[in-house]
Amino acid sequence: MNAKERILGKLRASLAGTTAVADDYDIGLVTDPWRYAADERIARLRRMLEAVHGETLLTTAAEWPQRVLEALAARGIDELLVSPATAHGRRLAEHVREQGAALRLKGYERAVEAWKDELFFHTPASLTGTLGGIAATGSLVLWPSPQEPRLMSLVPPLHIALLNASEVRDNLFELMHAQRWTDGLPTNALLVSGPSKTADIQQTLAYGAHGPKELLVLVIEDA
Amino acid sequence: MSPLSPAPANATRVAPPLEAARRYPPKPADVYLFGTCVIDVFFPGAGMDAIHLLEREGIRVHFPQAQSCCGQPAYTSGYTDEAREVARAQLALFAGDWPVVIPSGSCAGMFRHHYFELFKDEPQTLKQVESLSARTFELAEFLLEVCKVRFEHTGAPVKLALHTSCSARREMNTHLHGRALLAQLAGVERVEHDHESECCGFGGSFSVRMPDISGAMVQDKTAALKGSGAAEVVSADCGCLLNINGCFEKQGDALRGEHLASFLLRRTASAGTGGAR
Amino acid sequence: MSTLADTPAQPIAFTRNAREALADAQLRRNFRGAMDSLMDKRRNQFPDGDELERLRAFGNRVRARALSKLPDLLERLEANLARNGVQVHWAETVEEANAIVHGIAERHAAKKVIKGKSMVSEEMEMNHYLGARGVDCLESDMGEFIVQLREEKPSHIIMPAIHLNAGQVARLFHDKLDVDYTEDVDRLIQIGRETLRRNFFEADIGVSGVNFAIAETGTLLLVENEGNGRMSTTVPPVHIAVTGIEKVVENLRDVIPLLSLLTRSATGQPITTYVNMISGPRKADELDGPQEVHLVLLDNGRSQAFADGELRQTLNCIRCGACMNHCPVYTRIGGHAYGTVYPGPIGKIVTPHMLGLETTRDLPTASSMCGACGEVCPVKIPIPSLLRRLREEAVRAPAAEPQHMRGQGAKHSKKETLVWKAWRTLNTSPGLYRVAMYAGTRLRGLMPADIGPWTRYRSAPKPAARSLHELAREHLGAQ
Repeated sequence: MNAKERILGKLRASLAGTTAVADDYDIGLVTDPWRYAADERIARLRRMLEAVHGETLLTTAAEWPQRVLEALAARGIDELLVSPATAHGRRLAEHVREQGAALRLKGYERAVEAWKDELFFHTPASLTGTLGGIAATGSLVLWPSPQEPRLMSLVPPLHIALLNASEVRDNLFELMHAQRWTDGLPTNALLVSGPSKTADIQQTLAYGAHGPKELLVLVIEDA
Repeated sequence: MSPLSPAPANATRVAPPLEAARRYPPKPADVYLFGTCVIDVFFPGAGMDAIHLLEREGIRVHFPQAQSCCGQPAYTSGYTDEAREVARAQLALFAGDWPVVIPSGSCAGMFRHHYFELFKDEPQTLKQVESLSARTFELAEFLLEVCKVRFEHTGAPVKLALHTSCSARREMNTHLHGRALLAQLAGVERVEHDHESECCGFGGSFSVRMPDISGAMVQDKTAALKGSGAAEVVSADCGCLLNINGCFEKQGDALRGEHLASFLLRRTASAGTGGAR
Repeated sequence: MSTLADTPAQPIAFTRNAREALADAQLRRNFRGAMDSLMDKRRNQFPDGDELERLRAFGNRVRARALSKLPDLLERLEANLARNGVQVHWAETVEEANAIVHGIAERHAAKKVIKGKSMVSEEMEMNHYLGARGVDCLESDMGEFIVQLREEKPSHIIMPAIHLNAGQVARLFHDKLDVDYTEDVDRLIQIGRETLRRNFFEADIGVSGVNFAIAETGTLLLVENEGNGRMSTTVPPVHIAVTGIEKVVENLRDVIPLLSLLTRSATGQPITTYVNMISGPRKADELDGPQEVHLVLLDNGRSQAFADGELRQTLNCIRCGACMNHCPVYTRIGGHAYGTVYPGPIGKIVTPHMLGLETTRDLPTASSMCGACGEVCPVKIPIPSLLRRLREEAVRAPAAEPQHMRGQGAKHSKKETLVWKAWRTLNTSPGLYRVAMYAGTRLRGLMPADIGPWTRYRSAPKPAARSLHELAREHLGAQ
């Protein structure tokens, strides 16, 4: 017998003659305390994100590219990691061209092994889309993809995320249900609630632990 | 409450349902008093004061002379068989219909909650346990919720701190009952002390098996009580008082805690019965 | 290796460890301050007591349901993980688990491992095992990094370096990392970030723990704030997750109440910065993520706890640490005194199954049974009841049947057994009890002033002149 058989054998013997505990999942308990009126939902999300040092900005489908340029200019950043293969990537590139902005856009187009050093040490900011948000906890939902790989939202010190206001749900249960998560999850799914942080030294909160030092969420109100 | 027919020993356990608020019977004419072993030996005055308080409310008190200990010391030390036999002896003494009033929250918790575990394999005994559990009240709870006392303070204004034993607090809500009784008394200001809900370090055999940890806890507790600005300390549990008072004495401090029953008897009149016995 | 690492505290020496810790005023201050802060944060997260109690009951049922079908769920988890491309390994002992991890390292000729926080890897002493075989392990959680630099063990399961203050970390970084002395926490964290950054992509393997393993979808869920967990599970070409067999939950939606309970109970956060759900290695068209993902499922005594319905509740634990934050014993002695990977109340009930009662026999005794732990446990583990049960197992006759635990009877003593038998006789024989009370009260003057450990901190209690039995008989008449 191998370890698996021995472990399972012991566990099965221990349960002999018993019945499984029924699944009486209480949906109300994970949804009712976390419901928000339509006009309160975005405010709640922003409040929760800002409480953990996230920055949020209300904007529109027409104006967000300019907001990105402004945010980067204010920080003296002249290079942005953004996927040219996404609609928002193309939209930003177009805006940069129109404006004749000095911002250099680069894509995540090779496997990470091929450009680790550049990604880790010479990529000051990134921009990604999101799959939605959760008002209850102030969370962004990210499903990294071939266009927007996992590390895009983790390694650059500034992460800018685009969030469509219409895709903000009240709570995690509602979001998982609406997006049918049990039909199939990606290799990596993430909830992101603020920039990285730690309180490991004397309970003192410090931001910018190993991930982004800043998280800027552009909430697109008319999308 | 535990069910009368226990699941098999290997069944996966689910936490018992949330306890509904306890429903209280009307005030009875007769009660049993279970005095507890600590009170019997070290604080008999507190036991007598509990009896007098009940009599002041017009209740006849019965004290079965064959009573001894609830079994808790052996139970928490892991000597379950010995605890069970001592528990069985008590069970037989309080078999009538009268409520059982106990001037100690931790012993009351033993009667009310832990006898189910002790007798889980004895369906016949469990019926008696069920009855005893339903009739068991901690003294402050009984005065407040069953007798519905209205006490009037007859002494000088005083600042006082209330220490509640951990099992009394967590198993019997004794802290709430004690606070409610004290809140009836004009001129009695109950002051909070630092880390009030924290254990005093007694824990029965814990205090002798782990003396240094227990000692650190009781030193913090006495410091908190002294730091509260209270002139008097009361508690509804004599185990804690044994510990706290012993520490005060060792430190050469004059402060001593007394049982809530003693404070109430000495410093109040019952508005319901018009005063002293 | 320093002497610290050579002689870590052992559970068998608990009372001595505790005495030393109690004498360390700095340690006492550090813990009291930190625990007060963690208790406040948790309280603020649960303003609605009714919601809290209902959620705890829900969490308890979710965990109990998972345990009630554990073998089936483990098989389902393995099947779904395998379908997702994750390789699952099973280990009965820490030796087996270490050998599995080392085997994977050897296949990849790995020299360097970067670790996210994992208490199971602490349980395995993985760093030591791999280090002895030429594979360096580097901790990347800030707290774990600090204790590794000090060649210590974590003193708390959530906050590994909670026993230290900023000044102590400042001195450590100055001495070990050759940086200017600073007590500025932001600066200290940036030093940690810069020191660790390159290591994430130089490592051959990333190791992590698991918070919840979801059978339904074949997903490993990890929570964290720092981003080191995501780094460790994303950047190196191989990711090895190690976890206990009890960590499985049935359905994806089951994690919702547990997640809410976990982060609010642990650190008083509505959610952690990252909730990282891993359902497979890098796919052909993906540009990052590990090429291989492994899950090592470790038993290490858990199946022993599982065998008994009461003890099985130990395995409800979701490792939030709230029990230690609220424990008056832990608050005073800190985590190291326990000499175990899991300190505090949860450590006292889980470690005896891992190590046996022989070396852990004092742990269940080190509780005043105040119940603070059980009151805050988000999955309603009746910790005081389980401590009592372990005390019973420790004093039972070693050969008594049935045997529930390794090390049964480790505290069994003929003398103490006789004392309790005498106590039973006294308390079940009214005549004898009356004589004893009479003697005890009349001979009160003979009570010695020094009665050993009790009188180290208190004066000796004095029996009253007459017992309540006598006073009541006099007042009420014989009944």
